[in-house]
Amino acid sequence: MAQRAKRFTERSIKGEAKRQGLRMVLNMIDLTTLEGSDTPGKIQQLCHKARHLHDNVPDLPHVAAVCVYPNFVSLAKRELAGTDIKIASVATAFPSGQTSLELKLTEVEQAVDAGADEIDMVISRGRFLSGDFDYVFDEIAAVKQTCGTARLKVILETGELGNLDNVRHASDLAMEAGADFIKTSTGKIKPAATLPVTLVMLLAIRDYHRRTGRQVGMKPAGGISQSKLALHYLVMVQETLGPAWLDNQWFRFGASSLANDVLKQIIKQQTGYYPAADDVSRD
Amino acid sequence: MAKRKTKRTTNPEHPRLPVLKTYKMFVGGKFPRTESGRHYTPRVKGRGLGNFCLASRKDLRNAVVAARAAQASWAERSAYNRSQILYRIAEMLEGRRGQLIDELEIQGATEGQAASEVDQSIERVVYYAGWCDKYQQVFSSVNPVASPHFNFSVLEPTGVVFHVASENRPLLGLLSLVLPILAGGNTVVCLASSTRPISAITLSECLATSDVPAGVVNVLTGQLAELSAHFAGHREINAIALDRPPRSKNSIAQSIRETAADSLKRVHVYNLNWARGENQNPYLIRDFCEVKTVWHPVEQISSSGPGY
Repeated sequence: MAQRAKRFTERSIKGEAKRQGLRMVLNMIDLTTLEGSDTPGKIQQLCHKARHLHDNVPDLPHVAAVCVYPNFVSLAKRELAGTDIKIASVATAFPSGQTSLELKLTEVEQAVDAGADEIDMVISRGRFLSGDFDYVFDEIAAVKQTCGTARLKVILETGELGNLDNVRHASDLAMEAGADFIKTSTGKIKPAATLPVTLVMLLAIRDYHRRTGRQVGMKPAGGISQSKLALHYLVMVQETLGPAWLDNQWFRFGASSLANDVLKQIIKQQTGYYPAADDVSRD
Repeated sequence: MAKRKTKRTTNPEHPRLPVLKTYKMFVGGKFPRTESGRHYTPRVKGRGLGNFCLASRKDLRNAVVAARAAQASWAERSAYNRSQILYRIAEMLEGRRGQLIDELEIQGATEGQAASEVDQSIERVVYYAGWCDKYQQVFSSVNPVASPHFNFSVLEPTGVVFHVASENRPLLGLLSLVLPILAGGNTVVCLASSTRPISAITLSECLATSDVPAGVVNVLTGQLAELSAHFAGHREINAIALDRPPRSKNSIAQSIRETAADSLKRVHVYNLNWARGENQNPYLIRDFCEVKTVWHPVEQISSSGPGY
């Protein structure tokens, strides 16, 4: 897996292909802030950034979604009214998932009622690792039911699963339980998203799609802050799942600083000069 | 690589096969090869010095990323601590004195010239180490103003500096500008002498073991003509130190100035004889500093008059 994943990093993507790839990356970003220190002002700033990535660069795509804690969903909804930028909310006692199912479902319900278009849930890694797969499955299914029309992303937190076999098993389990997306990580622990882990999950998605015909999305999150790495991910999606997944309906990046790096690359391509950190808005 | 003077042979009947060195660049505290995979072979009197990395604009970008990441924490260190770290460079150079002299000779200097350049280099490090916690007092001021305010002017580092090192003084020339740049709290990306790059690489090895934090000094080897438009335009670089004689026909300094103006960079062109004592001075530190003036109201806290 590691070797196969490494080969995706050896493609040379230049010129027009790079330009299109970078714009695609921007359009797939879930612009994220999940800090204990988040304030309404921070959320407003993030939403403004989602709408206005860089006003001096014409015809930029906007990001796919903003990703916030449940208590900021209604604010984000107001800030992004009139755009088609989605609101994603983490729920189910993010990032640890250590609370009762009732509380988790209540949290999901509140987030959906407040206007979340997408719910990012975490699985109970402790239960999963102790072999209580039924519990994990039932929990995902219950959350899916509570989501209603909101799309459900299931965070496996692969950095805590120990090995790739577990990642594959958790991916299959999440998809069978009804996940619309499977997502690598919370971003709160290291390692977060890596190419080999994402490849395993993409292969699980491919096999599930062949078996059932249902398309499931993929979201690597955490640790992807360089445009070049993001392009490697796109290459991997293209070569594993094909072009049907190269759309922000089916593939997302969970990231906070990636957008700025992509913007800088786009500015470099347009002006010929490497821009400074001060040339793009703060995260 | 050219052959070193061997001091002693352990077994004359079975001479050792010498282990040749791969010359690499110094970026972010590591010694990477160029991402471009290209090399060039400078020659002195017809003899190749070895294969050196031919830095590409992406190497330049990586070095600037490293320098930018290191700048804030380098500037935040206490002046006294920067001084200690610079002094440690002198300690490391002293231990490599023999190697540095040998390498200058390989690059075309006579034995006397080489020894003198190395000794002057070490002394220059000590000189600027001493200035780290003193230039601020000399160049800062309390300014008279016609209102109840304190008005201070203090120096702050310019930021990330790109340094095109002297072509003919591969060690002393490089240090003579890197040291004042560092003393002022800046970080630097150096383009080593393209015709005599060995000394810059050995110096990098000294820096890597001398408490200088990773990314504070970065050394590239390559060609000025290839990189000049890229560093002049790079908006993350705040100043340029160009150690080149001004030439009327070849106007590389002129084109660098013109491109650099777009991003409001400071460009200093030096054409000094670094062997002369008067060319080590604190004004070189000031060249890479910005003056910040602050106003602070004088508060009445005692009955006898204004005070703190």
